Amino acid sequence: MKILVPFKSVPDPNDATFAGEAASASKSVINPFDEIAIEEALRIRERGEATEIVGVTIGAPSVDEQIRAALAMGVDRAIRIDDARALDPYAVARILRAVVEKEAPHVVIMGKQAVDDDSNQVGQILAGLLGWPQATFVSSIEFLDNKTRARCTRETDAGLEVVELDLPAIITTDLRLNEPRYVSLPGLIRARRKPIEVLTCDQVGVNVRPLTTVLAVARPPKRPAGTRVESVEELITKLKQEAKVI
Amino acid sequence: MAESLVLIEHDRQQVKRSSLHAITLAQQLGGEYELLVIGHVVNKISSSLVSLGATSVIVADDPALAEPLADRYATVIAEAVRKSGAKNILGTSSTFSKDILPRAAALLDAPMVTDVVAIEQMDGSISYRRPINAGSMFAKVKVEGERRVLTVRAAAFETPAANAAPCPIVRFDVDAESLPNGMRFISREERKSDRPDLTEARVVVSGGRPLKDKETFERLVGGLADALGGAIGATRAAVDAGMAPNDYQIGQTGKVVAPELYIALGISGAIQHLAGIKDSRIIVAINKDPDAPICQTATYFLVGDLYQIVPQLIESIRRA
Ligand SMILES: Cc1cc2nc3c(=O)[nH]c(=O)nc-3n(C[C@H](O)[C@H](O)[C@H](O)COP(=O)(O)OP(=O)(O)OC[C@H]3O[C@@H](n4cnc5c(N)ncnc54)[C@H](O)[C@@H]3O)c2cc1C
Ligand SMILES: Nc1ncnc2c1ncn2[C@@H]1O[C@H](COP(=O)(O)O)[C@@H](O)[C@H]1O
Repeated sequence: MKILVPFKSVPDPNDATFAGEAASASKSVINPFDEIAIEEALRIRERGEATEIVGVTIGAPSVDEQIRAALAMGVDRAIRIDDARALDPYAVARILRAVVEKEAPHVVIMGKQAVDDDSNQVGQILAGLLGWPQATFVSSIEFLDNKTRARCTRETDAGLEVVELDLPAIITTDLRLNEPRYVSLPGLIRARRKPIEVLTCDQVGVNVRPLTTVLAVARPPKRPAGTRVESVEELITKLKQEAKVI
Repeated sequence: MAESLVLIEHDRQQVKRSSLHAITLAQQLGGEYELLVIGHVVNKISSSLVSLGATSVIVADDPALAEPLADRYATVIAEAVRKSGAKNILGTSSTFSKDILPRAAALLDAPMVTDVVAIEQMDGSISYRRPINAGSMFAKVKVEGERRVLTVRAAAFETPAANAAPCPIVRFDVDAESLPNGMRFISREERKSDRPDLTEARVVVSGGRPLKDKETFERLVGGLADALGGAIGATRAAVDAGMAPNDYQIGQTGKVVAPELYIALGISGAIQHLAGIKDSRIIVAINKDPDAPICQTATYFLVGDLYQIVPQLIESIRRA
């Protein structure tokens, strides 16, 4: 079985500058949900169910560091679609479709959302474009019937839901699927020898223009600073008399 | 021809009230709007929607649609949109609409904007405001194309009035044979709770990492919620540790709440958690660390050990 894992390079959500106008200037990391997707692919291979894991990312040469990190985790080879434009999920999904058609994986595992744009769209759009089954917000994956089907548990607003998908299919990850491993030194050394293929949109045969434009970015209004109360009694009095909520 | 089509969510028994908030965006966008209900045996659900000001309630009712499988639902939505000619396809942000609507957007070749909190109309063009980077920033975006798919944050739009003259219910015929067949629903695990729905509750009490285990979490967070008639929420740390189920998670990647009163017990206030609570009217934090970021966001904060404070709080509220 061949697994394709799309991943995005995003500003580090643990970095202090993540929350602010300068987010794009902060250190980049693999989108945490995509890291979970990579980890899951590695575990599937480790249990003998996959033979190849291919990573794909769309971005400028500056994302190479995240590609190395993915390879160091254990991804076999990587493709970078060289595109420095500000892409929207509409365009990303259409580029990924071309990569899927070229690579013909049995399953695509990817993050449910990119933590910078928080769109939560690409996996579902990609599934729709390909006409493939999808399981979103997944917290467990099991392959059945000689890997012709996947049984996935999904985290929903109401609890958990189990669905089965005929393969090939798209699976998007939620936080509880696994805890990604750290990059090891031998991993980093091995990563240096792994191939990174750089292709343009033209070379994969896709011509797409984003349809979404960000006109402006601004901080939301700040909540006024909090009042410290000294006791349970004082808190209750405030909630009753000042806030009038209880 | 309707300008907008609003996807309504239900749990097979009744309409999810939060899914009605998208109707308010349809009203703000102007023009006529239709509501779309997909499922099986949804007569009661559909009739509960006739006075919300829509021109019609479109109902796709078929055994093949009994469960919300994304491939089938997206196909039905795309067909309904093509038939109605709607330019805006709307839903309220939830795992249901996040699963299905982007797929419908793919079938309609339309761009999509997630989590709209406001619109701005200028010289005939519309821009949408939405949170990015875990709600720490807002982006103002515009989209091109003939159609667009939009989801709204429930907290940012009121529930619509339900006093319009009843509209017709129109059956949308589904050819079950032609629907996709690659996904199967197996099972669902939902807890029935007597507590109010987290996203609609007036009071929400949430717990974080120091609640230790399920029993302690239920006793303290649950106890305080019950004293106030509220719902329970949790941080990712509490859910990951098995103290609370996944559907209690509030934040960037969980639920977004905006109650009158939000009480955070032993929660540090990471931006990913704040993303889900910022629009609450009053925020109370109980934390032993006065420098925890939550104390900056809270309306009131009490510094101390929650194991001592919460039982006292429950006791005082019950006595009052
Ligand atoms: C991709 C991604 C997505 C995420 N999505 C979410 C999300 O949707 N929701 C979410 O909540 N988090 C999310 N997180 C995690 C988030 O970054 C924080 O790690 C998490 O919110 C911390 O949870 P916490 O406040 O319970 O724990 P901690 O940060 O450990 O805080 C515990 C707090 O309790 C206080 N405390 C300890 N003992 C006591 C006591 N006895 N009495 C009183 N106070 C006490 C401490 O002072 C501290 O402030 C996400 C993270 C990532 C990377
Ligand atoms: N530039 C990109 N390159 C590769 N994958 C991407 C890119 N942008 C988004 N994705 C994938 O799409 C998922 C969802 O992103 P989004 O819909 O933008 O929240 C991410 O978790 C990634 O797996």
